[in-house]
Amino acid sequence: MDALDGNAIGGLLIDAFSTEMTAASSTCGTCGAIRPVAELVVYRQAPGTVVRCRTCGSVLMVFVTVRGVICADLTGLASLSQPEPA
Amino acid sequence: MEGTAVRRRLTWQAATVTSLTRETASVVTIELDPPDWPGHRAGQHLDVRLTAEDGYIAERSYSIASAPGEPLAITVERLENGEVSPYLTQELRAGDELELRGPIGGYFVWGPGDRSPLLLLAGGSGVVPLRSILQDRSRTGSDAPARLLYSARTLADVIYRDELDRYHDGAEVIYTLTRAQPPGWTGHSGRVDAALLAQVAWPAGASPLAFVCGPTNFVEAVAAGLVDLGYPPERVKTERFGATGGR
Repeated sequence: MDALDGNAIGGLLIDAFSTEMTAASSTCGTCGAIRPVAELVVYRQAPGTVVRCRTCGSVLMVFVTVRGVICADLTGLASLSQPEPA
Repeated sequence: MEGTAVRRRLTWQAATVTSLTRETASVVTIELDPPDWPGHRAGQHLDVRLTAEDGYIAERSYSIASAPGEPLAITVERLENGEVSPYLTQELRAGDELELRGPIGGYFVWGPGDRSPLLLLAGGSGVVPLRSILQDRSRTGSDAPARLLYSARTLADVIYRDELDRYHDGAEVIYTLTRAQPPGWTGHSGRVDAALLAQVAWPAGASPLAFVCGPTNFVEAVAAGLVDLGYPPERVKTERFGATGGR
């Protein structure tokens, strides 16, 4: 299965968060690695979209769309913060 | 974002295909005229959605090939067994409509305000967003020096070759051909390795900004190589197209 990166889900993230999130900073809740969402490992072929830590492989985010509603599980993250406006 | 830009929901719209240009045997540039396009930044992408007669929907992301201010265009490589790219590269005609939304992305983007030396590294069709950056740099008269190192299978697989060979305004384009080289080829051969990177990359002390785009294994190898050369990871922006060269 092809692994992409967080750039590929920019559109989905705008659907979920109503704003650009690929440049947002994420902290892995398992290993503490900090990196932009764009650098996370993304699998889109699953029944939903699975986002994993590039350092330890832990699941950070899962998105599933059910009847037009996006369900987001973010429990793998310690933090997710948008960058300061440019 | 607050105060300077209205938060905009991404909405699907039907864009008219205004022209198609064959770049290589498997790659086509599609120029589009969407009814409502707010403009984009170099490096961004858009989502394309195809709906089959039975209601089945396939969605893909494509890098924007055009620079800000140019007519909107994407460049698409046909993937064997692809669901979307065979239609876009073989069936689509000028005058057809294509459902899209965008622009998307705030990480893998470049703007003329950044005057750092630019290092662009492309694997195959990963050159598409880097073409937008190079062209934006040129159109805005940026004085940031730029180098593009472009790894392609053969010379016939090089996308935008005529245009890339015309840059003389402080931008250099360096090719490496991985599979076959034409007779008399004086450029580089083989995959991008540590020696070629060291030869082409701006010294880390010059505070360069690198953009790496291509298949996942290309991006991993090149990004790691730049970090070995002393580039801080946050100055190496990456975008991965997956193992097969498409998203």
